[in-house]
Amino acid sequence: MELQDKVIKLVSEATKMDAANISLNTSFVDDLNLDSLDMVELMMKMEDEFGVEIPEDETENLKSIGDVVTYLKAKSH
Amino acid sequence: MKFNRVAVTGMGAMCGLGNNLDEVWANALAGKSGVTTLQNQNTENWPVTFGGEVKNFKLDPELMDPKDQDRFDLFNQYALHCTDEALKQSKLLSAGYAMEKIGVVFGTGLGGFPHIEKNHQIFLEKGARRVSPFFIPSVIPNMPEGLISIKWGFKGINFAVASACASSAHALGIAATEIMLGRQDAMITGGTEAVITGYTIAGFASMKALSKRNEEPSRASRPYDVDRDGFVMGEGAGVIVLENYEKAKARGAKIYAEIVGFGASADAHHFTAPHPEGLGAMICMQQTLDMAGVPKEEVGYINAHGTSTPLGDAAETGAIKKVFGDHAYKLAVSSTKSMTGHLLGAAGGLESIFCIKALETGMLPPTINLDKQDPACDLFYVPNKAEKRDIKYALNNSFGFGGTNSSTLFKKAE
Repeated sequence: MELQDKVIKLVSEATKMDAANISLNTSFVDDLNLDSLDMVELMMKMEDEFGVEIPEDETENLKSIGDVVTYLKAKSH
Repeated sequence: MKFNRVAVTGMGAMCGLGNNLDEVWANALAGKSGVTTLQNQNTENWPVTFGGEVKNFKLDPELMDPKDQDRFDLFNQYALHCTDEALKQSKLLSAGYAMEKIGVVFGTGLGGFPHIEKNHQIFLEKGARRVSPFFIPSVIPNMPEGLISIKWGFKGINFAVASACASSAHALGIAATEIMLGRQDAMITGGTEAVITGYTIAGFASMKALSKRNEEPSRASRPYDVDRDGFVMGEGAGVIVLENYEKAKARGAKIYAEIVGFGASADAHHFTAPHPEGLGAMICMQQTLDMAGVPKEEVGYINAHGTSTPLGDAAETGAIKKVFGDHAYKLAVSSTKSMTGHLLGAAGGLESIFCIKALETGMLPPTINLDKQDPACDLFYVPNKAEKRDIKYALNNSFGFGGTNSSTLFKKAE
């Protein structure tokens, strides 16, 4: 599974939103209605799933699925 | 100052006997046990492996977003579930009260122990960064009241009462006071508790408070029986809608009963053991009768605290005899904990509902497993079979660790 699909799957499970409605452009706040606590929990799940540590000040820049995918790709290099 | 009368206009209940009021009441009258070997969790290495566990519960997604259902500890969900049932029965939402005149006060003895245990494990194994941001909101005892106010928009008084196993009885007293004083028109009250976890059971078992009858769970909770050996953990909720009596009548609401008195006291004796003569319980029951101005001879039924502990059942029996004198032998006493297990902070809510249903239907729920009555407990405990008896007043007793006591007196609807 591609990284993008993995991220979408994880977000879909965490938010109980249909994966079909989630794309690279999907915004966590505007489209998925997530608040700051939701985001903390989601980032924990990302860290567990992808084995990375996402520092708090960086999570503020991760506003969409696409942002997360780009970030994770950069981290893996 | 003239005090308002307080009407009961709605109820919602869940426990090991069922997930709604009708089911719970029917099973209670049938003398069924809701106590089983625990099915919802892995109980390996637990000293006690049974309880009055809620089964097949799934909260309506209308009441809580599915993504939040993993986050909010069960006692929150039970409260929402039973509040929904009680609100539907009362039709309170169409009563036209101002939202700031509707309050929510529940009793919860322990709060979100399951999530405390879970997050502590994560904290030890994975570190502080993995502790859930929903941990604190999920476990604080007043979150059910918060979630209910958010869901339905009630903007009146809103808090939790914590007095261990007397919590929801105290909550009921506070809620009734708010209406008596005219500060609120309606109150959602009662209690909720869901703490069947290894950690909690280990704690109670260490105190030697729990029955160890692992081999025959449904026979374990046996108040007043010579072979009783401790209480049985239960869980669930009992939610009651209270209203200003005149206003409820004016809107044509069905009134199930009235709250006419309540009392609260302390044993000032020991942090867990009851006063041997039930002194605090006596003060509390007497205070309740005095407040209501009801002669003791008119009380027909007591839903006792009766937890099935050797000391507690005898002490409460003694207190009832001191308060009621000869009439103690004429009234009926039962402990529905024989069927539900002990709902701890939610006990007073559920058992008040049993009192109200007894007044409404003229049927008294039994004490089951009462095979050989302890000579120290010599009252009529409605043994093993429901009893038909028209009663005018029913009293609920709830006592808690810390030596705290609460009683509530209900009157049959006119």
